[in-house]
Amino acid sequence: MNITWTRRRTALSRFWRDYRRQRAGLYGAAILIAAVALALLTPLVTDPAGMDVTRATGAKMAAPSLDFPLGTDESGRSVLLMTLWGSRVSLLIGFMSALLSMTIGTVTGIAAGHFRGWTSAVLLRITDWFLVLPSLVLALVLAAILGGGTSTIILAIGVTSWASTARLIRAQTLSVEARPYIERSRALGAGHWHIMTRHVLPNVAPLVLANTTLQVASAIVAESTLAFLGADSGKVSWGGMLRGSYDWGAATSGAWWYVLAPGLCIVAVVMAFTLCGRALEAVLNPRLRGVSR
Amino acid sequence: MTERRENAGERGSLLEARDLHVEFASRGRRARAVDGVNLAVGEGEIVALVGESGCGKTTLARTLLGLERPTSGSVLYGGAPLSYSSRALKAYRREVQLVLQDPTGSLNPRHTVYEAVAEGPRIHGMSDERDRVVSALARTGLRPPERFLHSYPHELSGGQRQRVVIAGALALDPRVLVADEPVASLDASVRGEILALLLRLRDELGLSALVVTHDLGLAWNIADRVAVMYLGRIVESGPVEQVLRSPTHPYTQALLSVLPESPSPVVLSGEPPDPTRIPGGCRFHPRCQVLAAGAAARAGVEGRCRSQPLAILPVSPFSADSHAACHYAGARLE
Repeated sequence: MNITWTRRRTALSRFWRDYRRQRAGLYGAAILIAAVALALLTPLVTDPAGMDVTRATGAKMAAPSLDFPLGTDESGRSVLLMTLWGSRVSLLIGFMSALLSMTIGTVTGIAAGHFRGWTSAVLLRITDWFLVLPSLVLALVLAAILGGGTSTIILAIGVTSWASTARLIRAQTLSVEARPYIERSRALGAGHWHIMTRHVLPNVAPLVLANTTLQVASAIVAESTLAFLGADSGKVSWGGMLRGSYDWGAATSGAWWYVLAPGLCIVAVVMAFTLCGRALEAVLNPRLRGVSR
Repeated sequence: MTERRENAGERGSLLEARDLHVEFASRGRRARAVDGVNLAVGEGEIVALVGESGCGKTTLARTLLGLERPTSGSVLYGGAPLSYSSRALKAYRREVQLVLQDPTGSLNPRHTVYEAVAEGPRIHGMSDERDRVVSALARTGLRPPERFLHSYPHELSGGQRQRVVIAGALALDPRVLVADEPVASLDASVRGEILALLLRLRDELGLSALVVTHDLGLAWNIADRVAVMYLGRIVESGPVEQVLRSPTHPYTQALLSVLPESPSPVVLSGEPPDPTRIPGGCRFHPRCQVLAAGAAARAGVEGRCRSQPLAILPVSPFSADSHAACHYAGARLE
């Protein structure tokens, strides 16, 4: 299947050519690659012992210096070190809960768009229910009931944020299902599974990809918010650091580094994901591109 | 065409609709899209179903394929009523296949020709997938088949795409093709090729076909028998020469009169037909030019035209008789 490979490569290079035209998307991608690389390299270049409050070496709330480029926190730990290790938790929760949310949203959306009658009605009512529910409150309750831990936070964010995705995917599914090749496939004897996986899913996949990227951004914000409100995973994350700075009155006592470091990181990463998501959407969604394929 | 019909001989019907009704809910009202239809396609026979848009011919075709369930009446295949269990329907798909109007829309733009043609065999778990694809493509005139296997639909011409769609149907070795306006979206030059292909497939494989069309010229070129549909009901049916050369139903006469070579066109007046409001009496009477001209009154059937419904026309495959559902035509015969 050499030809298939050549075609895939051409498609990929065409995608890259279109994506390159999205200047903001390129900046976003650059920031993301840097952030992910730093998060992955952190255990190799830093010593996790510095994260232990009992073995912290710095002074309390010390201003940035050569030893501690971003200052220290209330127990003398390096804020730079905490920001680096915190990025791992924030990004992991962001990615995983976005993945969970997209999976639930895509499956529900395709099923609600493909099936008619009561299946679709029930799925849509459930979707509506999650859509109107204040998701942050629900996530907070879920996190409190299920107890602390990274997977709990992932679950709490993922389960509460899929509804708008499901709506979006359902709309796209309906438009794909109206095409004549679905009718042809049905006349050939295709069942629900065949139509959903062979025709609908490949058609909604670009939309899913673009939406996942946007979802990661909002999941990181959600994680930070949950951590700030006290529902954290038990590990240092950016949101957890903000919570700490608030608890110890860092802003009022002039320890700006404690607030700004995690705050700016959240802004930068969320913005990068949003830029990438928008660029992907513009490249992959034929409706936004204005050309139907 | 005459000799083909003689070769076919008198055999039973392969695909048959018996007193078929299909209704839809349309803005709170019942739309009777198919309102009592008898239709039969014999083995190796090509039947044309002719009518204007909205007359229910596509719904009838979809119901014959089992894609739509009849409200009442039945679809018979090989003499047995169609079962709507998913297993039975899947088996039925190998016997009766569909060719749609728009070959561009009928092919998934993300699938290659090979994937498009192999879709049927894959669904039915047939083992010799590649051989089937290659031979189906060759049968539809895409030669050499290997050249087309890895093409995408957008790289093909409209005629080639329709051949791919037909090949996709043939890959299942069906016995009946239901073609819904198979050439309506093609260039005139390609049209003839696709029609010749359908005729060749009938001769080579003994394939029966129901060709749904609004084009009387197409019916004339390809069909053995023709059924003219108006507002959910077949109003005239019979051998193609009889129906198209000497039509007895005023609606068929009006359709034929607007062909370019006809001397005096009859332009139908009145509202276009609405399946949610089927008129009483003869369903064609509000637009009937024979009634409007007073000929029906002179024949003494005007009252019946306006109030007495007509019986559903009987059909049998390979029948040499033509029938028309018309009070006026009936009165003149007597």
